[in-house]
Amino acid sequence: MKAFAALFEALDQTNKTQEKINILAEYLLHASDEDRLWTIALFTGRKPTRIANTTQLRNWAACAAGLPNWLVEATWHTVGDLGETLAGILPEPDVTTIPLNSLAATIQQIFQIHALNSEEAKAAAVITMWKQLSKTERFLFNKLIAGSLRIGVSQGLLIKAISQAFQLPENIIAHRLMGNWDPRTTTFQQLILHPQASDQLSKPYPFFLAYSLEDISQIQSNLSEWVAEHKWDGIRAQLIVRNNQLFVWTRGEELVTDRYPEFHPLLSQIPSGTVIDGEILAWRNNKPLPFQFLQKRMGRKTPSKKLIEEIPVVLMAYDLLEHQGLDIRNEPLIHRKKILEKLVYNCNVNTLKLSEIFFAHSWESLLQERERSAEKGSEGLMLKHCDSVYGTGRKKNGWWKWKVDPLTIDAVMIYAQSGHGRRAGLFTDYTFAVWDDQRKLVPIAKAYSGLSDDEILQLDRWIKQHTLEKFGPVRSVEPLQVFELAFEGIQTSTRHKSGIALRFPRIARWRTDKKAEDANTLADLKALISIV
Amino acid sequence: MAELVTLTDHGLYCPQADLYIDPWKGVKRAIITHGHSDHARYGSTYYLCHHHSIPILKTRLGDIAVQGLDYGETIISNGVTISLHPAGHVVGSAQVRLEYKGEVWVISGDYKTQADGISQAFEPVTCHTFITESTFGLPFFHWQPQWVVMRQIQQWWERNRSDGISSILFAYSLGKAQRILANLDTSVGPIIVHGATHAMNEACRQAGINLPPTYRVSELPDASLSKGALVIAPSSAAGNSWLRRFEPYRTAVASGWMAMRGARRWQAADRGFILSDHADWHGLNQAIQATGAKRILVTHGYADLFSRWLIEQGLNASVLKTQFTGEQVNEPETEITET
Repeated sequence: MKAFAALFEALDQTNKTQEKINILAEYLLHASDEDRLWTIALFTGRKPTRIANTTQLRNWAACAAGLPNWLVEATWHTVGDLGETLAGILPEPDVTTIPLNSLAATIQQIFQIHALNSEEAKAAAVITMWKQLSKTERFLFNKLIAGSLRIGVSQGLLIKAISQAFQLPENIIAHRLMGNWDPRTTTFQQLILHPQASDQLSKPYPFFLAYSLEDISQIQSNLSEWVAEHKWDGIRAQLIVRNNQLFVWTRGEELVTDRYPEFHPLLSQIPSGTVIDGEILAWRNNKPLPFQFLQKRMGRKTPSKKLIEEIPVVLMAYDLLEHQGLDIRNEPLIHRKKILEKLVYNCNVNTLKLSEIFFAHSWESLLQERERSAEKGSEGLMLKHCDSVYGTGRKKNGWWKWKVDPLTIDAVMIYAQSGHGRRAGLFTDYTFAVWDDQRKLVPIAKAYSGLSDDEILQLDRWIKQHTLEKFGPVRSVEPLQVFELAFEGIQTSTRHKSGIALRFPRIARWRTDKKAEDANTLADLKALISIV
Repeated sequence: MAELVTLTDHGLYCPQADLYIDPWKGVKRAIITHGHSDHARYGSTYYLCHHHSIPILKTRLGDIAVQGLDYGETIISNGVTISLHPAGHVVGSAQVRLEYKGEVWVISGDYKTQADGISQAFEPVTCHTFITESTFGLPFFHWQPQWVVMRQIQQWWERNRSDGISSILFAYSLGKAQRILANLDTSVGPIIVHGATHAMNEACRQAGINLPPTYRVSELPDASLSKGALVIAPSSAAGNSWLRRFEPYRTAVASGWMAMRGARRWQAADRGFILSDHADWHGLNQAIQATGAKRILVTHGYADLFSRWLIEQGLNASVLKTQFTGEQVNEPETEITET
């Protein structure tokens, strides 16, 4: 745990990517295989196990620190992070106890605590652990037993560090880290250094992502070398058929094969050794249903017959990554698309669709096609170079997304709440309202992203000076500030007081030029429902 | 009977003596606890402060009419005995003690209980009513001994220097800048200060405080000296073109707020050193206890929470809504900018 805590501190003390890579590579090189495996597991979002809920942890820490529960809770609201708060309020560690040196040993301990059967025993064991750990170790321990460890190491950075430490190409590591491996059932050797073919059976490829095209001048080569296709608004997924088994993975690296029985008949239609990249869409009458329908399917591990009939899904195929058992990601796009087309054409199951491509003759014709996005139910277009490879991660190369301009509305800020993580201690989460027909402000959306750091600081000061009431971490503020909100969609909702729900609301601009009375009305918003 | 000190729209007011403490609007007579801009404001006719604060106030407020007092020295105004006592916050910082007919109030301004080796160390003053700040009044804030933090800063600088990289340290121009200068081993290399920092250093030197030699950029005998130097600047210089001349550099922020990871990441600095001129949780509690006061008025900071905590400890505590701000993540803009 000491070395892992030192790693964490060192990573936390630099903002430079290359330094972080060096630090992590150095650590991995010297750590034991068990610690290497667990470090990679933690940095890819895997956790040991949850020992307690946040209320229990707060109460145990309050007890150990001799503080009232309300004060611990209020401190948590200020600091923003529970693991950090509890590490900070506990008394100094007992220096006479022997610290646990390895990360894997600490995790073993966590599994042992988890197996205890009474809450008292767990509390006592956790408090004993707290007493032995330094402040940083305690913080990490808290993160391991409740919550997730986000420490500014992206998947890409981790891959680079492993690559540097063990002299392996990055794309191979990216691939080996995919899928649902479990640090308790695999080893570092199996996962990274010497994977066996059977371990690879269900593994998806890293997804290739695109940046938004801000300006058409970003496309430098001749437009005729590009193709366009619609950017469908569903769940990005890979459908894998290998060794007569079918797997469906989402971009969030979740195995969802059982959730979508519609795809199971594809097993007999698609040859083994095939991986298709596409988008899962709720689909009816030759058109996608709005994303909210798909959401109803996403949560169900085993959907009922009724739900499947109500909300059927399809896979809109974009790309072919593996063909006849060979990785073809480095073949030119147009070649991959041709094979894909044949594959979909030969398939007799109608839940596999081909995402149609358009050759980009002119920006005018592309614009015209993009205008049809709302009608077709897509978010806009994807522009892809004919020769582009299927890369890993998000690159400014070969692929661009070209979304339709979002809808916007002016709304008044009425509540503010302090943020978490990087935004802790600042008021960064806001609730916005528009005018109803009685000229009362009715909340319509919460949003936090979209302001610059300077604007956030300025608004934070304003909020502190214009607070009307405090309810725990939330403050109501004088309804004076107007913001332009951008969003991707709007629909009626029975769950919201306003009767509407916005999709992906975010702050587009702080409209200091507008007064509260200039903000839009609920009627304006409702009028948008019929358009969209 | 009227209160000895009341809150008006101009600030904390003692009607019997007809004077204000740290008023936020211009008044006839103002006692100033210390030179930070939320306490020492422009526009009053007569100022009274500790004599070390005089050059600081003159630097910040211009040619004002100001009288200096020693710690413990008393003056009497319409029956009210007035004296200043060390607050340990910054050079010249003082708690204001007011006594009238046996009743004693202490207005502590900003304070810290840890000795910093440069401002005279905090001394608890027995009183009936104690006005306390609560900038770091949550049990999350526990400062390490000063030498631990100074060693971290020293090692950071030396490591950067051996890598051929300059060290940019963002710190409040009044208080932390001098504290760091006075406690580092400055033989390592040259120290360069921003104009705003320099102005406060000069004011402290005029007050008779010994500080190691520092350079302004314009005074460097040789531009190559800036390589691997320690540069002390207010946080407003971050992202400023003024910094470009020091490239390559690493940045750090010295602030109590750096105890919070969120605030540290917010700063986008390479390092955060947890260093504050305010009392931490234990410091606040110990200081309050040491005054023996039964009545505590809590101002700027986590006033709601801290006063509730004090009530649960059996004290008569309540919130006093002042316009003081205490330590902020970013120092308020100073007039001095450099390009």
